Amino acid sequence: MRSLSFLLLALTGACASAGGGTRPAQAPAPASTETTSVARPQYPSTYVRHPNPPVLIRNATIMTATGQEIPNGSVLFKDGRIVAVGAKVDAPSDAVVVDGTGKYVTPGLIDDHSHLGVYAAPGTDAESDGNEATNPVTAEVWAEHSFWPQDPQIPLAIAGGITTIQALPGSANLIGGRSAILKLIPARTVQEMKFPGAHYGLKMACGENPKRVYGRRGGPSTRMGNMAGYRAAFILAEAYRRRWDAWNKDHKGDPPERNLRSESLAEVLRGNMYVQNHCYRADEMAQMIDLAHEFGFKIRSFHHAVESYKIADLLAKEGTSVSVWADWWGFKEEAMDGVQQNAALNQQAGGRPIIHSDDPGGIQRLNQEAAKAMYAGQRAGIPITRDQALRWITVNPAWAVGLDSIVGTLEPGKMADVVVWSGDPFSVYSKAVQVYNDGWLAYDRSDPAHQPRTDFELGEMPAPGSDR
Amino acid sequence: MIALLLAQTIAITGGTVYPVSGPKLANASVLIRDGRIVAVGTNVPIPPDATRIDAAGKWITPGLIDGAGQIGLVEISAVPGTRDASVQGDTIAASFNVAEGINPASTVIPVTRIEGITTALAVPTGNLVSGQAVLIDLDGATIEQMLVKSPVGVVADLSESAKDAAGGSRAAVAERLRGVFRDALEYERRKTDFSRAQMQALSASARDLDALLPVLHGRVALIAYANRRSDIETALRLAKEFKLKLILAGAAEGWEVAAAIAAAGVPVLVEPLSNIPGYDALGIRYGNAGIMAKAGVKVALLEPDTHKSRNLRQQAGNAVSYGMTWDQALRAVTLSPAEIFGVADRYGSLEPGKVANVVVWSGDPFEFTTGVEHVLIRGKEIPLKSRQTELLERYKKLPPSY
Repeated sequence: MRSLSFLLLALTGACASAGGGTRPAQAPAPASTETTSVARPQYPSTYVRHPNPPVLIRNATIMTATGQEIPNGSVLFKDGRIVAVGAKVDAPSDAVVVDGTGKYVTPGLIDDHSHLGVYAAPGTDAESDGNEATNPVTAEVWAEHSFWPQDPQIPLAIAGGITTIQALPGSANLIGGRSAILKLIPARTVQEMKFPGAHYGLKMACGENPKRVYGRRGGPSTRMGNMAGYRAAFILAEAYRRRWDAWNKDHKGDPPERNLRSESLAEVLRGNMYVQNHCYRADEMAQMIDLAHEFGFKIRSFHHAVESYKIADLLAKEGTSVSVWADWWGFKEEAMDGVQQNAALNQQAGGRPIIHSDDPGGIQRLNQEAAKAMYAGQRAGIPITRDQALRWITVNPAWAVGLDSIVGTLEPGKMADVVVWSGDPFSVYSKAVQVYNDGWLAYDRSDPAHQPRTDFELGEMPAPGSDR
Repeated sequence: MIALLLAQTIAITGGTVYPVSGPKLANASVLIRDGRIVAVGTNVPIPPDATRIDAAGKWITPGLIDGAGQIGLVEISAVPGTRDASVQGDTIAASFNVAEGINPASTVIPVTRIEGITTALAVPTGNLVSGQAVLIDLDGATIEQMLVKSPVGVVADLSESAKDAAGGSRAAVAERLRGVFRDALEYERRKTDFSRAQMQALSASARDLDALLPVLHGRVALIAYANRRSDIETALRLAKEFKLKLILAGAAEGWEVAAAIAAAGVPVLVEPLSNIPGYDALGIRYGNAGIMAKAGVKVALLEPDTHKSRNLRQQAGNAVSYGMTWDQALRAVTLSPAEIFGVADRYGSLEPGKVANVVVWSGDPFEFTTGVEHVLIRGKEIPLKSRQTELLERYKKLPPSY
């Protein structure tokens, strides 16, 4: 109903402290142990795995996102971990057995570009919390501080098979703030959703949006102004980082004064926080790569990246992923050169494509969007495999948020984020029928007891029926 | 020149034909001459001079009709200079017919038609009465060549977004419309008095009141956007009071009052993939189209986003997932919109005499695996090219050769 696409963008990143949950054992270690701030835990995750008996899904087509598609296969998971995947798997006696005949099983889907919770439904000004459009550089704001766990869009996305999201600030600002990496589960607080060990993202934005928002408010008003704005911010952050790194060596004297804006950017410079960069045009992405080289950081993903197919070779060489739509185009000038083969062309060039939503509707059918992009590629003679297309919505976005060792594939040891589909997930007629998040049955299409509803919906919205 | 182009015979042979007006026909052919369908069946003699399109293993359907959007009226959404769907400064813009705002050279047209959408309603936006919607084929060098019917209906907004134009209350929206309708009828009765300035002030300009008369006499439809159940009921109430030929659009909570809509014989234009709650429609849900269809409402599907109009078939596929039958969904993007827009004598099905808007698909048109193999608009085969296919060709191998 609403189109946020003009406003959206950005990720923030920082390392989160591991929460009180039992997982994950494989939390990624920060690239650097030094941090700008004091060692006390900051804004920790309080995520705890929901208990669930072991589950064996059998007789299903298992799509692992590791290159395999196992017909009549099984998946066993226990205590939030995948235990076994294969043609024959023995179940413990206490396991719940799910008959997967005719069904397909995939990893939980991951959307690395969502504004759930920060642009919540019903979409009034009161819930418009995604753009701190008061300054072109707001690296100091964190999406988690805007995130509303009662957003009624959350259960809709869960029903679409989503298990992890990156909730991003919008794209009004050159540097929009930190993203929140969240387990998509019903919760009272965002802390209960924060993915333990995830790297924050830093949302940055190129092009039209910052120009439009600030052009008559002190700038930037041009693309060259945008570039100067990023550089000025990172120059300050370099000095800030030096001061803190020096102080952290011996802790002598008073610590430097904290500055939240530079603190986020310093974490980017240290490699602890991943840059998630809204950028449409190929030439601008090349500019941003130069910027990253100037300051010695990596851009983890270009988001929207409507023209990324034009420089797919450069992006592959740079190791920067692209988070794209299947077929959005035309809503503004920098989106005029969209092609349906964008993801496929990046795959062909050796890049790491991701299908993202940036949309509360699209997040409910990422599988369909990936299907469109895959078949558009195939019809154009680009040999995209089903496994590759599945990776576009699972392990590739997991990589973009630094969680690919924990989620995104069906492999023993990985977190049991598992979706059971009524049929081939690349068919328009298939739906998620069960969604397990960390082994917990977060959604079951045939069981109202497993169809979470937010507080907002109670008494406001008709109860979900079979049509939902 | 035009006549020359049309003076040809095309035979699409050996495919599975979905005429929509009747059951599917296996191993059947569609014969086209001079832009019209002349025969459909399993035993159609193919003239020797016919250009043949071998459709063995393919599916053949009527061209899809998108129930609403701004194709041709909006080129780049964020660039005001390329937007021609809305007129400012007139909350009752009934005389605003969008036709002359249509750009036959719009890049949106080729992008959309090569995905099997051959016809679309071009709809004005904004205001309380937005203007007149027209039906266009997605081919033609001039506006005249594109137009199928003008106007199809006068568009009114009874949703939340219209309140401001009426002073801030839903009740005022309805009263304002009633006042305008009454004034139009009064104006019609007393045109002489009006021209002598012997009438009280009217609530809209004479030209807008004039434009409403065909609506008030049931010759042109009122296309009313309404989402909340009570707003849908208000639209039905107005239609009853003024004996209007009503088409409901949006109708997000239509499923809650499907029986009343069906009883009123009112058709709806609905987006299946629409379920994000707002205060205008907290009851919005995917099952809407299916529930209404089951209740006997005539449903046409739409993809409201102009640049995504090509995703109409994805919308239709999802309508099937959420409650419509496949046959209902195909009808809802072909014959039903043709009927709703009053052009079913020429459009919407594969029958002799109908305009030859025909699509040959590699399979089920709603499935992602399926590609478009041939598109014919008014009997002319459309090259499967767009700005996007040109970009693809240029950048398929890097670096490109400029």
